[in-house]
Amino acid sequence: MISIRDLYKIYTYQQGKGKIAALDGISLEVKAGEVFGVLGQSGAGKSTLIRCVNCLERPTSGSVWVGDEEITALSGTRLRKARQRIGMIFQHFNLLSSRTAAENIAFPLELMGYSRLKRRARVEELLALVGLEGRGDAYPAQLSGGQKQRVGIARALAGNPNVLLCDEATSALDPQTTRSILELLRDLNRRMGLTILLITHEMGVVKQICDRVAILEAGKVIEQGTVSELAAQPDSFIARELFPQRNGFKPRPGSVLVTIAFRGETANQPLISDLAKRFDVDVNIISGTVDTVGGQRVGQLHVELSGKDVSSALDYLQVQDLRHEVH
Amino acid sequence: MLDPVLMESLWQATVETFYMVGISALLAVLFGLPLGLLLVITAPNHILPNSAIQKVLGSIVNVGRSIPFIILLVAIIPFTRLVVGTTIGSTAALVPLTIAAIPFFARVAETALLEVDRGLIEAAQSMGCNHWQIVLKVLVPEALPSLILGITIMVISLLSYSAMAGVVGGGGLGDLAIRYGYQRFDTTVMVVTVVLLIILVQIAQYVGDRLAIRLRKR
Ligand SMILES: Nc1ncnc2c1ncn2[C@@H]1O[C@H](COP(=O)(O)OP(=O)(O)OP(=O)(O)O)[C@@H](O)[C@H]1O
Ligand SMILES: [Mg+2]
Repeated sequence: MISIRDLYKIYTYQQGKGKIAALDGISLEVKAGEVFGVLGQSGAGKSTLIRCVNCLERPTSGSVWVGDEEITALSGTRLRKARQRIGMIFQHFNLLSSRTAAENIAFPLELMGYSRLKRRARVEELLALVGLEGRGDAYPAQLSGGQKQRVGIARALAGNPNVLLCDEATSALDPQTTRSILELLRDLNRRMGLTILLITHEMGVVKQICDRVAILEAGKVIEQGTVSELAAQPDSFIARELFPQRNGFKPRPGSVLVTIAFRGETANQPLISDLAKRFDVDVNIISGTVDTVGGQRVGQLHVELSGKDVSSALDYLQVQDLRHEVH
Repeated sequence: MLDPVLMESLWQATVETFYMVGISALLAVLFGLPLGLLLVITAPNHILPNSAIQKVLGSIVNVGRSIPFIILLVAIIPFTRLVVGTTIGSTAALVPLTIAAIPFFARVAETALLEVDRGLIEAAQSMGCNHWQIVLKVLVPEALPSLILGITIMVISLLSYSAMAGVVGGGGLGDLAIRYGYQRFDTTVMVVTVVLLIILVQIAQYVGDRLAIRLRKR
């Protein structure tokens, strides 16, 4: 649905003396109907990337396709028409303070030439969709952050886009409001088949609603894939972010430290007792975590193995198809 | 205390003041607002960056702002004759007042329009707005409360500028105060006209403030 091909954005400053590659050769495919997250630290290039998708920012080279339309090849009226088919929401909501919630939602409809009557009906529909029935007459200043973002979502969806871009949409909200907004987005994604591309610096957002994720670092994608799969790889960036690490823990002489990753059903196996029973090994648990990621149970266990049979125990893990890492 | 003749001239002076200030304020908004808009949108990183236009307009506005009004009043007499066909009276005073007020209001409008959050413009662009729509549906409505306050400041400045219009026989309250009070040592008339001017300024400020508060829904 969204195809980003070999995208570069080079910023120059001080009259061309300095150069920075905010996007350094990015290629991504966002499939129709999925929630795709781009995770990265401040300055990684996330905002630049998402702004290139609707050409608020012109890439230096490379192309962006939305549906079967090459957005980066458009300009003028055709680009503006294409933007009307791509919804966007923002970290600071960006609602017009001079308009009520309903008038804000009607804004894109005015641009599309809806009649007053049709606008009113559609706005009512949208207010209900985002759970703001009866609040249409409130001005943004009279709404909470979460309610403002709901207005933002309704406004973005007014023209029935099939793609929604979210630029740090929950970064200005408290954890509970963040969850409810993410739930709303997830719900819209499921019910309407809305394709969502979101950027965030919060692992929690990726964990809660993303099907797939790309990790952005200094303008490059350093990792991408299905969230739960990445979480089940002990050496992935996602897993390292998600699970507590063995902060400088040193195994005793004669023992090895092993990180074992679980996913889905394997999370329920009685692994520790299995190892101890089958092999002549001592299993010392250092730490362990189980979490729900992308709707799947994923876990990580740090154990210290010692005894005669360590190598057979490790082979057994291999046979059981448990991803693990020996340190 | 005041004879009917004086009452009559006070009334006439008030009407002249309203005429001069009202028309010149209206014209200043009509020309100054587009000028202020151009100054804002041609700035770097705005919707129509164009440093050449921005610099030229900026310089013109600065020149206009730096000429002392009393000099402008006299210097443009030939131009005034060209435009309104006369060089004395309230109508003649309108020309220099308007010429002084346009660059003034352009700067006031620029400041007000610059306050509009960049994020709103970006949101409008993401919804497919063209430049006109951004100006008419985002910039002006969002800056309206500040613009109203700017108009108030301008009207009050024009009230005091119009007092100098006596130089070209423009009439108005200020002119009356000078002719009777200063030149004929009639303190009563001077006090009355000054009090009238004070009341007008108070009313203008009050109305402007109320309007801005009503419009500001932040
Ligand atoms: N207009 C610009 N001119 C010059 N450099 C820029 C410009 N915009 C962004 N950059 C640079 O590009 C890089 C990426 O910026 P970007 O805003 O995309 O990061 P980000 O991942 O969104 O960060 P944050 O989480 O802080 O918003 C940064 O190093 C930034 O300094
Ligand atoms: Mg950013």
